Amino acid sequence: MPRIKVEVDGVTYEDDVEPRLLLVHYLRDRLGKVGTPVGCDTTNCGACTVLMDGMSVKSCSVLAVQADTHDITTIEGLRINGALHPMQEAFHSEHGLQCGYCTPGMIMASIDLLRENPDPSDEEIREGLEGNLCRCTGYQNIVRAVRSAAHEMSHSEVTSHD
Amino acid sequence: MIPGSFDYLRPTTIGEAVSALAESGEDAKVLAGGQSLMPLLRLRLALPEVLVDLDHVAELREIRDTGDSVFIGAMATHHQVIKDPLVRAHAPLIAQATATVADPAVRHRGTLGGSLAHADPAGDLPAVILALDGVLIAQSAHGPREIPAADFFEDYLTSALEPAELLLGVRIPKLGTGWGFHYEKFHRTAQAWAIVGVACGVRRANGAIEECRVALTNMGPAPVRAHEVERALLGRVATQNAFKAAAAHAAEGTAPTGDLHGSAEYREHLARVLTARALTTAAGI
Repeated sequence: MPRIKVEVDGVTYEDDVEPRLLLVHYLRDRLGKVGTPVGCDTTNCGACTVLMDGMSVKSCSVLAVQADTHDITTIEGLRINGALHPMQEAFHSEHGLQCGYCTPGMIMASIDLLRENPDPSDEEIREGLEGNLCRCTGYQNIVRAVRSAAHEMSHSEVTSHD
Repeated sequence: MIPGSFDYLRPTTIGEAVSALAESGEDAKVLAGGQSLMPLLRLRLALPEVLVDLDHVAELREIRDTGDSVFIGAMATHHQVIKDPLVRAHAPLIAQATATVADPAVRHRGTLGGSLAHADPAGDLPAVILALDGVLIAQSAHGPREIPAADFFEDYLTSALEPAELLLGVRIPKLGTGWGFHYEKFHRTAQAWAIVGVACGVRRANGAIEECRVALTNMGPAPVRAHEVERALLGRVATQNAFKAAAAHAAEGTAPTGDLHGSAEYREHLARVLTARALTTAAGI
């Protein structure tokens, strides 16, 4: 069984993993990081989005063994000194969620979106989140939340847990 | 859903990857970005005994200028291709079409070589490479082999690659000046597969069309060139009417199938409409 060394939310883990183990199952079942949900299981919905070396990936479509030597950030690693990440704050204050199932993936994808484009237009936000589905039809407030976070983050030095 | 068991090999050089494929035989599958293969593994529609992961073969990610062409390594990610200055300068059609593939997270992992080798008729990039007369470079234990795009896409999910052949990348001839390009796609939702797509390039000189390339996505089991459209435009002045008249030939020689997204007739209609739109946009009129 291959042995992997992976940093998840700032902590280094070494584990033997079956090659077929998906990253999302490694995160949830082995590390207990259940903040990352499994949504569609078909690479469509984006609920399981995490950051791999800072870039968004769908963790149902990456093998755990492929995360070897990489740095993974999940929704659980966003708090800074106990405070919510500005993107989490914005989703909260703008009511960017209804049932909340898509929210971890939406937030991770939105953070990646602002890394590439710190001041996106509404259209660019919608395009940037095209890989994340919200079945409560909460897109209006999600776009509002990302816009609000972009404004907040442009006035703050803090962008990630590290 | 959990994939079936497989042995996992992680070569770090092209040589190691070719050897791994040669030793593993027909039960091996190459893992590139995994954005098509992982869903197939999870659904157990693919049950390989060996997975050869190319993630650590750094030399396969290179994009380089080779004089009269640009070589794009098979493991160059969509994200990398979209941003690459050489691709943007010499093959802007690839950059534009790649930006319409799936969504950002998928484009971070998915690769050009993977989507070409996967040969999905609804995939956007095979038609683009066909329109640009790309040449695919494969390597086996017996040496390298060059396969023109016109011979590479054989059938539904079937390429000309042999089981023990590794796709190294694709060579895209530089086309020079005077060209305009566009990829036009019709799909139900933002990240959905193309119901029909049209990749095209138009070169004009003194107002007249000197050369034209049109290739269609999802109008049959493999991408297809719309040669009748190309011929109809030679020497014509680039006007909307000329493009519309030529686009009437777009569905000739195609063999689309009907599915829950649309009938064969609907796809033929789309091919004509989208070809006219693509040509008009490419020519900038």
